[in-house]
Amino acid sequence: MIKVMIGNHAVSYGVMLSRVQVIPAYPITPQTSIVEELSEFCADGHLNARFIKVESEHSAMACCIGASAAGARTFTATSSQGLALMHEMLHWATGARLPIVMANVNRALGPPWNIWNDQTDSLSQRDTGWLQFYCESNQEVLDTVIQSFKISEEVLLPTMLVLDAFFLSHTAEAVDVPDAQDVDRYLPRYQARYRLDVDNPHSFGNLATPEYYQGFRNKIQDDMIRARTVAKKADEDFESIFHRSYGFTEAYQCEGADLILVTSGTVVSTSRIVIDELRKEGRKVGLLKIRMFRPFPFDDVIGALKDAKKVAVLDRAISFGHSGIFAQEIMSAMYNQPSKPLIYSYITGLGGLDVTPRIITDIINDACERDIPPQESIWIGGKS
Amino acid sequence: MVKEVTKLIHKYLRHDKKFPHVWCPGCGNGVILGALIRAIDRLGLEKDEIVLASGIGCSGRMPVYVDFNTLHATHGRALTFATGIKLAKSSLTVITVMGDGDATAIGGNHFIHAARRNLNITAIIINNQIYGMTGGQSSPTTPYGCYASTATYGHIEHAFSIAELAKTAGASFVGRGTVYHIHLLEKLIKHAIVKRGFSVVEVISNCHIQFGRRNQMEDPVTMLEWMRDHSVTVEKAKDMEAEALKGFFTIGILADVEKPIYTEEYTNIQKRAKLLNPL
Ligand SMILES: Cc1ncc(C[n+]2csc(CCOP(=O)(O)OP(=O)(O)O)c2C)c(N)n1
Repeated sequence: MIKVMIGNHAVSYGVMLSRVQVIPAYPITPQTSIVEELSEFCADGHLNARFIKVESEHSAMACCIGASAAGARTFTATSSQGLALMHEMLHWATGARLPIVMANVNRALGPPWNIWNDQTDSLSQRDTGWLQFYCESNQEVLDTVIQSFKISEEVLLPTMLVLDAFFLSHTAEAVDVPDAQDVDRYLPRYQARYRLDVDNPHSFGNLATPEYYQGFRNKIQDDMIRARTVAKKADEDFESIFHRSYGFTEAYQCEGADLILVTSGTVVSTSRIVIDELRKEGRKVGLLKIRMFRPFPFDDVIGALKDAKKVAVLDRAISFGHSGIFAQEIMSAMYNQPSKPLIYSYITGLGGLDVTPRIITDIINDACERDIPPQESIWIGGKS
Repeated sequence: MVKEVTKLIHKYLRHDKKFPHVWCPGCGNGVILGALIRAIDRLGLEKDEIVLASGIGCSGRMPVYVDFNTLHATHGRALTFATGIKLAKSSLTVITVMGDGDATAIGGNHFIHAARRNLNITAIIINNQIYGMTGGQSSPTTPYGCYASTATYGHIEHAFSIAELAKTAGASFVGRGTVYHIHLLEKLIKHAIVKRGFSVVEVISNCHIQFGRRNQMEDPVTMLEWMRDHSVTVEKAKDMEAEALKGFFTIGILADVEKPIYTEEYTNIQKRAKLLNPL
């Protein structure tokens, strides 16, 4: 069934179809309509789940951990300051191997206060051991919610799917809402492999001596790596039922491209238009969308970029004192390749600064003109 | 012609910075800001001696508009920022403004501990019984059975009494006012600022947009009338039977006790430690 809905409601529908059982949440702009819609689904019985509005995001994630350990399929959503406040619990969820799924609406962090879009919030949770997916459209958002449960429950690691504040969260698009029976086929009701159970007791959060501790951490990394295979299969299975798939990355017009622009989220859509225009002018430019950020899709990225002369990475976040975060990841992925492009880091779109076709064109032109990438990132737009 | 009282308010505003403000027409926050400014003016305090710190919420926007030392902190943490300010510069008059969600949900822990510690800080808590800024989700003071955007079929949790909580946690001064009883409100704020110790003023305010519209009180006047009709002064309540008080809330001074403040205790303990352990 095709329905016109905002990105936030695409999340809510994905959650409903995934038959989530517990939803603890705390409101924050621009996430609120996700959980308001869910609280209504829970109240009117569209979703047989328990919703609770707790007293902070830290409590929300702690409550998710409890619910997931008790064997329930568990979801929450947040943004920005809320995600930052959850940080401690994000590590905990990973360490306890709980397949919680969360939607994060990408919003800038304060101060200065700002409710608009950038990716600093989720990227600064990079090392918490959560899988991360960056979505480009409302359809992708809904589908990724369902896929996330499928992957997380297989590898026993939590997943964060990310959507851009306002550009997706509050923008309506036509979304093909899958049939509940088809989703049930794809994602059967949740049977926790390990859970708190009086008949078969398990303990979560015990103390481990150094050898075991490191062993546990090693196991997390193994399963993160395994998550690539699992996510690939989850995407293929999804395609066979719903006729849509997304891959870890998407290479657009990369064939024979001298310069490839790399970016994520809704900027990808704008960039496609720019690439089409430039291709019409005969310029050899391409685009690489990064959808899966953790685990990092090395093979896809290397495969797409290795033959280009130059790569321009458009980041909507910065690691202060270094460079754009996606740029760093791309650089490190390419470093050991025998043939590799020059990699340029561009920072723009912070705090909701509009990333227009003009800005994207400027970035591409700038990278074409510079012989060598400067050590520091190049900032585009903004006032001081 | 500009009225005298308006001129007085204008003296304290940052005209060039942040207008128009974010509050909805008829919001109680403006009434409370007016009372705060008049209280400060009448106490003869210098603008530069005052710190106004807030968390996040519609209430949290208040410091943005006034020409004091201001700090727009994170959601729920106004009192922790204020604690730091008091430790670093205890001569400043530190006032915090918080919403009910801000002070008693995400910041609830800080609230009880600030009261227990008895730092010389004034906490104004604007209780509109809802999350205003984020669009009407239930807060710890949303009454049982009322409607909110996360309680579309009625709220199933029970509300805190902010003033009672403050009293029990050890605040030196606790007052409750409303945006209807404007003179009382100004008096309570003055009292709270002058009081040495942790002072709380709970202000019952109207969010007719997020709370009122969902609860059959969609305009500010109805909400103010509700405050008028459901409040009793502490003095009057003393002579009333418990049965007769049902459905009413008390306004006025609910607690006013003398006890040493944290920074004084700190100085004293340092003196004692020095005597016992001379350099
Ligand atoms: C850590 C964090 N979580 C959530 C938010 C989003 N948020 C902003 S204001 C607010 C609540 C507002 O309600 P209240 O504190 O009662 O103040 P009011 O707006 O009613 O004055 C919330 C949840 C935030 N800014 N930071």
